[in-house]
Amino acid sequence: MVGIVGYGVYIPRFRIKLEEIAKIWGADALAYKAGLLMEQKSVPGPDQDTVTISVEAARNALKRAKIDPTEIGALYVGSESHPYAVKPSGTIVAEAMGATPYCHTADFEFACKAGTEGMFVALNLVQAGAVKYAVGIGTDTSQGAPGDALEYSASAGGAAFIMGSENLVAECEFTDAYMTDTADFWRKEHQYYPQHAGRYTGEPAYFKHILGAGRAIMERAKAKASDFKYAVFHQPNGKFPMKVGKMLGFNKEQIEPGWLVPRLGNTYSGSSPMGLTAILDVAEPGERIFMVSYGSGAGSDAFIWKVTERIKEVQNLAPKTRDYLDKNQIYLDYGTYAKFRRKIIMSESPQIL
Amino acid sequence: MSTSARYTREIPQRYRLEAAKCKGCSKLFFPPRLICDECGGKEFEPHRLSDKGKVVSYSVVRIGPSQFVEQVPYIVSVVELEDGVRLTCQVADAKPEELEIGAPVTIEFRKIGEEGDAGIIHYGYKAVLDRFK
Ligand SMILES: [Zn+2]
Repeated sequence: MVGIVGYGVYIPRFRIKLEEIAKIWGADALAYKAGLLMEQKSVPGPDQDTVTISVEAARNALKRAKIDPTEIGALYVGSESHPYAVKPSGTIVAEAMGATPYCHTADFEFACKAGTEGMFVALNLVQAGAVKYAVGIGTDTSQGAPGDALEYSASAGGAAFIMGSENLVAECEFTDAYMTDTADFWRKEHQYYPQHAGRYTGEPAYFKHILGAGRAIMERAKAKASDFKYAVFHQPNGKFPMKVGKMLGFNKEQIEPGWLVPRLGNTYSGSSPMGLTAILDVAEPGERIFMVSYGSGAGSDAFIWKVTERIKEVQNLAPKTRDYLDKNQIYLDYGTYAKFRRKIIMSESPQIL
Repeated sequence: MSTSARYTREIPQRYRLEAAKCKGCSKLFFPPRLICDECGGKEFEPHRLSDKGKVVSYSVVRIGPSQFVEQVPYIVSVVELEDGVRLTCQVADAKPEELEIGAPVTIEFRKIGEEGDAGIIHYGYKAVLDRFK
């Protein structure tokens, strides 16, 4: 049996409230809050990016896994906001973890699904016996164009999972995938902000693929919604995961523990993986977790996890997801947010002197 | 030597807080050095420093060099790690009024700077105040 040996999360300390964004664009804040079921989102500091967040999440995963990092044979970072166009994020993360040089590394991209892709491949490399441990990371620091609906939700955070075959905190019982060519959201080379197909991103994209992967894995596992204590889905806003969960037969109590988006925002590749970490923080041995990601373009990865006895030993070995989410945030005004996110055109770019 | 080559050489210290531990007397050096000033030993082994420490002293920079224009006012601090090693680094995400001598800090991985828009990104360590109290 293969599964998760250690998990970790990281969320930056800065937040911006939806009212603060709406104020600048003359938009109706209450309508946005009700429409997205969100109140605020996380914002990375000016010295944070997908690599720094991935490193912190990976170090937290290492604290729980308690393994020798030189035994990590593969590491994958999934993101749509890798800091370099050419030069992998994974090499920097592997070096910071102490996993180099005998480590296979690649960066994955698939809109918001890139994180679970890394987890999927990491699990299967361990299953195949190719490596002892493999790391899958999902992180993003995504941006929506100023004033665009995405600006209210695009946030920052990441989660890391060390996969192995012994000392598991959660076994992976089943995986599945569902994918079609669907143009609901995209960004071409040299374009700074993504484009999306507006309302089109709902029915034929998010719902179709999550339901496709979710129903396929239920059938494979011969399971029904009531067999699971928890369910976690990709969270582009507060409403979608609740709605798709109900369509699959889950209730609010099963979804809420991993439902971070109202106070976190949409962390893209980090979204359902971070929800999974919040569930693992409170889970009890024997409980089963249903998980389906979604990435535009479009596809979903599905996982069924079963929590083991070891979970109780590791929950307190690194900071918990809800602590990162709710303790000691710093709220930004729009001007500071625009400066941090480099939305202001400067006379010269910051340089090393 | 180009900055990229020097940057690569310093990765063990910048990324992993790797100090040099004298094989003769166990004294820690960060950054590493070639001869131990305690016992004269010349053999060292890598030692990963703790990521926990406390603020020993600090100053607030209100007018900084151009690379830090997004971050002023920022805090530069001498931090003593649990291993007893002291290092100088920025305290990130903090308002000057939150700082005090003796404040517990954790070392985090951050961007230290960039060689312009087209150049490489320099990563390294900064301290942050305890968020979870
Ligand atoms: Zn010595």
